[in-house]
Amino acid sequence: MKVRVTEQPFDPWLELRAYQDSRDELAGRFGATAAFVGTMRDFNQGDAVQAMTLQHYAGMTERHLEAMSSRAAERWELLDSLILHRVGRLLPDDPIVLVAVWSAHRREAFEACRWLMEELKSTAPFWKKEETATGSRWVESNTPG
Amino acid sequence: MTQSLPGNLQVNVRFFAALGERLGRSEVRVAVPAGATIEAVWSAAVPGEPLPASVLVARNMEYSQPAQPVEDGDEIAFFPPVTGGRG
Repeated sequence: MKVRVTEQPFDPWLELRAYQDSRDELAGRFGATAAFVGTMRDFNQGDAVQAMTLQHYAGMTERHLEAMSSRAAERWELLDSLILHRVGRLLPDDPIVLVAVWSAHRREAFEACRWLMEELKSTAPFWKKEETATGSRWVESNTPG
Repeated sequence: MTQSLPGNLQVNVRFFAALGERLGRSEVRVAVPAGATIEAVWSAAVPGEPLPASVLVARNMEYSQPAQPVEDGDEIAFFPPVTGGRG
């Protein structure tokens, strides 16, 4: 189980592979890997978005994501999970978030991955500020899943 | 007024995102009397404005409620609804 919040751009697919390879306890045991990758769009609410700044509550964010991961592991039979989230200034096409879950069978992996992502969006202390042609604005609410 | 009483609990208050920008600060220390709640901490930090219903509160980096009493040395955070992730 791992959680990381980073200002550095990351490649979710390389991160997923590197983490999976680094976990000896996964070898030969997982039959299912579910991954969600959230990427920065160049549009929102009908406007072109040139860049975005993600603020977070350092300390609480990590704690909250770890608590979420523990809850998922209690609710589903999981072998492991990985959550990466970007903060700072992002450009369109930059990956924002990776949620990956490993389990023996697909149902647990699908369900836990979906739950973790929805929980992250609605409860983890991150805030987006978008830069558009007419200035910058805080995003007030999430798009429906 | 909570703020004018000689407080004996020192609390670190933090504001995030649009709320911090609107108030013009991200961090402030306040003193409140023993037994004070998170809502009273807000009143001490932002005099004259009731705690907006949409504002979320955290005590020592965990979600909490306005009626929760605080303790000396607590970190109390106020922030708008969260908007992480994408997709």
